[in-house]
Amino acid sequence: MTLKYLIAGTLGAALLSTTAFGESHMAQGRDGNVNIIYWQAASIMNPYLSGGTKDINASSMVIEPLAHYDENGAMVATLVDEIPTVANGGVSADLTSITWTLSEGLLWSDGSAVTSADVVFTANYCMDETGGCQQLAKFGGVESVEAIDDLTVKITFDGPKPFPYGPFVGSTTPILQAAQFADCMGVAAPTCTAQNFGPIGTGPFTVTEFRANDAITLAANPNYRVAGKPAFATVNFKGGGDAAAAGRAVLETGEFDYAWNLQLAPEILADMESKGVGTVLSSFGPLVERIMINMTDPSAALGDERSTVAHPHPFMSDMAVRQALSMAIDRPLLVEIGYGQAGKVTCNVLPAPAIYDSPNNAGCEMQDIAGANALLDAAGWERGSDGVRSKDGVRLSILYQTSTNAVRQDFQALIKQWWAEIGIETELKNISGGVFFGGDQSSPDTFQKLFADLEMYANNFDGTDPEAYMARWACGEIPSPENAWLGGNMPRHCNADYDAMVAEMGGTADLAERARLAIAMNDMLMQSYTIIPLVHRGNVSGVVNTLEGVKLNAWDSELWNIADWSRSE
Amino acid sequence: MLNFTLRRLMYTIPTLLLISFIIFIVLDLAPNDPTGNLPLTIPPEVRAKIRASLGLDAPMYIRYLLWCQQFFINEPLNLFNEWFGWCIGDCEGRLRVTSWATRSPVVDLIAERMPQTLWVVGMSYVVGIMIALPIGVISAYKQYSWFDQFGTLIAMIGFSVPTFFTGVLLIVIFSVWMPNDSFFWLPSIYDTTLDVVDWDSFVKQMRQMIMPVMVLALYNAAQISRFMRASMLDNLSQDYVRTARAKGLKEKTVLLVHVLRNSMIPVVTVIALGIPQVFGGAIITEQIFKVNGLGQLLIIGIQGADIPLVQTLTFLFAVLIVLFNLVADVLYGLLDPRIRYD
Repeated sequence: MTLKYLIAGTLGAALLSTTAFGESHMAQGRDGNVNIIYWQAASIMNPYLSGGTKDINASSMVIEPLAHYDENGAMVATLVDEIPTVANGGVSADLTSITWTLSEGLLWSDGSAVTSADVVFTANYCMDETGGCQQLAKFGGVESVEAIDDLTVKITFDGPKPFPYGPFVGSTTPILQAAQFADCMGVAAPTCTAQNFGPIGTGPFTVTEFRANDAITLAANPNYRVAGKPAFATVNFKGGGDAAAAGRAVLETGEFDYAWNLQLAPEILADMESKGVGTVLSSFGPLVERIMINMTDPSAALGDERSTVAHPHPFMSDMAVRQALSMAIDRPLLVEIGYGQAGKVTCNVLPAPAIYDSPNNAGCEMQDIAGANALLDAAGWERGSDGVRSKDGVRLSILYQTSTNAVRQDFQALIKQWWAEIGIETELKNISGGVFFGGDQSSPDTFQKLFADLEMYANNFDGTDPEAYMARWACGEIPSPENAWLGGNMPRHCNADYDAMVAEMGGTADLAERARLAIAMNDMLMQSYTIIPLVHRGNVSGVVNTLEGVKLNAWDSELWNIADWSRSE
Repeated sequence: MLNFTLRRLMYTIPTLLLISFIIFIVLDLAPNDPTGNLPLTIPPEVRAKIRASLGLDAPMYIRYLLWCQQFFINEPLNLFNEWFGWCIGDCEGRLRVTSWATRSPVVDLIAERMPQTLWVVGMSYVVGIMIALPIGVISAYKQYSWFDQFGTLIAMIGFSVPTFFTGVLLIVIFSVWMPNDSFFWLPSIYDTTLDVVDWDSFVKQMRQMIMPVMVLALYNAAQISRFMRASMLDNLSQDYVRTARAKGLKEKTVLLVHVLRNSMIPVVTVIALGIPQVFGGAIITEQIFKVNGLGQLLIIGIQGADIPLVQTLTFLFAVLIVLFNLVADVLYGLLDPRIRYD
């Protein structure tokens, strides 16, 4: 854009704004069209049938939950006037039920009233055994959801629920319109194509055209509850391509206004941003790239008992080895190479929200090869003629697996080199993400089976409450052939004190006390070096400079506040 | 000829059934999981339920037979219903082949993708042929001239430089370097929702088609121009050409009527054999320009382990390939009366 055009544009805009000031500044749809690109195209607009981030974000423009998380992870009321708590009587004193009261006068985009029956219907829709609801975990422990009156819904749990904000908080569990989805219960859920592609909602936009895995056209919802919002009349939500192309379309050509998830090499992103068309935003949720140590023996000779608790690992059970592995890693370099402004060094597996971030493990930022060597020497692991340490005939030779991904393979190469410096031999393996993270029982390469000495991947939790996340490293969560390798305790960590803290957290409602427990659990995992955290990863998105009001949110859908977006003149 | 065609058509039925079964087995044995790309926040128990709801807990032969029923019986019946309004059996509750990712009928998805694929990939094929034929003819007629050398160079580049390079190169030149307000600026993202209703939208459609069409046309032209040149060279040295010249025919007539017509015989069959690829879309080029046609649908299906989608798409490609092989054979017979299959 040349200066001439810039001046002409500003003058024109100034003229426009003086002539039509007043109503034009307040009217819905005053800013025309906004172009959003997601390089993974949305497949469906119903988060209950697809847990994919792209689908949840797309649907969050149309259907809304009772409450959202804001960019700081705090709950904000969406379809209700206040968040129920024990203090305001919304949560029962024994923590077994929560009562939500809908705001008065809420309308669906088709003009009908939103009632508690819709909320009850949505709960039944997801909890139907045969529907394959992908957000079922959000309804864990829910015994019943009943309508007290037209605006009041009571959710009863089968026991005390210290954090009762699972169902209907956050974009993963929005409210569906009962009238529209009435015939879509259970096995019929997938057959309702029209409903799943064009749900009627309370959100700022409604679907005009849905082209699966391609593009969605949306228009402002005339019945949106806030007057004068959204500022945009239409949304073009395009999918496809790759992260680099999406970044280029926003940061270099300015064809699009918003690009999601720009997982690109830091220098490429910086180069694109230097064009001055758009900016890169990042926000940090609880996502941590980590190495999971296998505490059990993955040796193929064990047959069916491979990587089960029956056989402790021949050398990973020695804490000195695990600690040395962690000490040899240069985390700031990993962040710089792999993530740039989308990453931070972390020494905790639970680095966010801030109240749960343990202050007790600082120091892992510094790489300490000499210290690691000294530690292994002291533990009796002696270097052989090939430089690899061994003790009692056990060689420190490890298989290090992860999913196929350029950044992960860079990390593997670097870490292998550092470990070689402390006398540990590393064999690298990468597995296609679909296989590694897929639960295929017949595949030996899933991350649950962990037929390797250690593995690297990233994980996080939904919302802001870490209870279920931390509970995953209890003894009962260890994947094994008995439970069909289901379970989230990949390191096979088992400690009675840890399990006791998990149980205690399950009965504690006080936030400070919950934070203390979560930190203690995090510290136990960190100080035993069962999990080696590497990088605290953030979301990165690109926004064109003329788009205002974007608040990148790691706790909810990135498009959570699209109603507040507007175009600067 | 008719007998031959009918016999060949009969053969295609068992061939296609076998192909569909092989595709199914290969997809089924591939270590992939439709829940594999879901966020890790979805616990394994829920994943197991999702898999069950997709019917993945049934034995393989049941799932194959179910697909056969849905594809060979239910889908044609549904088409009849939509086209002619004939309702045979249970029209409402009939199970159609449904994609796992979008939970919508696969055939509808394919129908939605067809226009942009045919426009972009089809147009590139037409443009490619139109560039290739004259280049092939002239290169052969003036063998080893500078034009021939230049044509060979272009063909080598078009054939050996991958579309993901030429595509991105064009984007960098025409979308990034070119100022946005320039006449030569071209969009890097194809808008599939654009309806051509007036001159402006037509111009817009043309502008967004130029880059993907040219990238693919270069590749197609490279291939076909070499066939054309080789075939022309074969014919130029034949006795009948000398006879034609000896009769005193004009060089133009010799070249365009005698030699070209005979040289076209193998080239036409090559072109016919390439048509199924048009329907198959262009996976890489479609991804680069976000055309989101059949190629992109297939690759998303593969990445998401959307077996019904991939199975149906690959099977349709197989049908097209088998059919166009037959068409090429029949065309060969029609163009060259010396060839008889009976």
